[in-house]
Amino acid sequence: MSSRSLSVIRSVLPPAVFGVAFIAAWELVVKGFNLKPYFLAPPSKIGQKFTENIDLVWGAAKVSGTNALIGLLLGAFFGMAMSFALSRFKFLNNLITPLAIALNAVPIFVLVAVLNNMFAITSEVPRRIMVTLVVYFIVLVNVAKGLTQVSATHVELMKSYAASDTQILRKVRIPNAVPYLFTALKISAPASVITAFVSEYFGGSQNGLGSRITSNIANSKNAVAWAYVLGACLLGLSFYVISSLLEGVATPGGRAKRTREDR
Amino acid sequence: MSAVEITNISKAFNLGTSNQVDALTDINLSIASGEFVSLIGPSGCGKSTLLRLIANLLEPTSGELVVNGKSAKQARLDQDYGMAFQQSGLFEWRTVAKNIELPLELKGWDKTKRQARATEMLELVKLSDFANHFPWQLSGGMQQRVAIARALAVHPSLLLMDEPFGALDEMTREHMQSELLSICRASGTTVVFVTHSIPEAVYLSNRVVVMSPRPGRVTQIVDVSIEGERNDATRDNTVFFKGITAVREALRGVRISDDVRGIEDR
Repeated sequence: MSSRSLSVIRSVLPPAVFGVAFIAAWELVVKGFNLKPYFLAPPSKIGQKFTENIDLVWGAAKVSGTNALIGLLLGAFFGMAMSFALSRFKFLNNLITPLAIALNAVPIFVLVAVLNNMFAITSEVPRRIMVTLVVYFIVLVNVAKGLTQVSATHVELMKSYAASDTQILRKVRIPNAVPYLFTALKISAPASVITAFVSEYFGGSQNGLGSRITSNIANSKNAVAWAYVLGACLLGLSFYVISSLLEGVATPGGRAKRTREDR
Repeated sequence: MSAVEITNISKAFNLGTSNQVDALTDINLSIASGEFVSLIGPSGCGKSTLLRLIANLLEPTSGELVVNGKSAKQARLDQDYGMAFQQSGLFEWRTVAKNIELPLELKGWDKTKRQARATEMLELVKLSDFANHFPWQLSGGMQQRVAIARALAVHPSLLLMDEPFGALDEMTREHMQSELLSICRASGTTVVFVTHSIPEAVYLSNRVVVMSPRPGRVTQIVDVSIEGERNDATRDNTVFFKGITAVREALRGVRISDDVRGIEDR
């Protein structure tokens, strides 16, 4: 067996074993203590409900996933645009940063309730705005850091090459910000999915994973609610995996292993 | 023609404020073409500041600075010099070859010409096999060699180096010194070299400029006239030892007070 496949096994096997053991323990506890299904459903029941309702879960996942994806893309776009503006104009930085911090202190989900009043009751727009807002701040903070915190040696070198500000932006600041962007995306991707679910708790159409979870719990259909939770987990996970894969493609030399000596 | 002509240069930071620092006062120095000159002195003596003034990364407060017969700014815009720092300053998202090509890219060279020059420079620093590696896959000494290759890529007549071997171990350091000398011999490059190390300064230089702090000034210039080509045998040469003694004595006259701070001018 090659050392490469050995190391894959080493990194995959322990969490896999732990996960299986955890589920087995869960099953045993529920069966052993004869826990009532309204208290805690066993994994076997959840799995059964998940396969039974796979079409419904998939339909709800599509609704929440679309909201999350649209918000993620918009948030990333506006976050990047703003971080470029901030790194370019110092006065904007002084203007926006305190506002951003203040906005971050607002319990942001209450905004959904307000937004719901602004749009039609069946509109998905408030949820997408919420996701956009959450992603926007994560991307803004990280990318702005990547654009501004460049190595002093790099900047001196570029000046010694008689490089213009635009050239320094293109050859140093932007490449320096790429790993920061992907860090932001890896945080934002699952966060966008979570935000999309939670936004559904505040009314609007009962079509997404979040609203299905609440309505099934309200109807004491615990196992079905868990099946939707499982769907939610898978959706969040797939968002994370896709952003990780994108990082691998976009960062030269595979994973960015950055020497910190220059910072 | 002299490569660098420094006349009555002074540099103060935070000029006119309560924490004004006189980094350099009244520096006069003429560096001939093809000469190897080291700047040595304790922290805070302004040697790095002087190097950055020559590079036009800083503007002098007063005085005149001529590089290659033109203003320091024009020399920078024309990329008349190459520069290397203690940190290799390689761009970690670029391969070794792409790092060397960067100054050429900024000069607007086309791709084939750039690649040819990068290949040539990699042969010079004996790293041809590592063209497509990323900097973090290289040892510290190899990274520094790439940085030197990059500094020399435009074939500058002047090379400015700020403690380029400061972070290397002693063996690598001595090896790099010999390599630098042979590269400069082959290309006839003028070098201004900032260092903390007396043996390094003496081994490399035709002249060692000894500087003292607060305010930064030149205390003495020590000539090192070692006959013939310098190589590892030079390090056992009596002339080499005499040079070390001369520089050490010049430095002994330099006051090193406890509160001397290096000036962070970057």
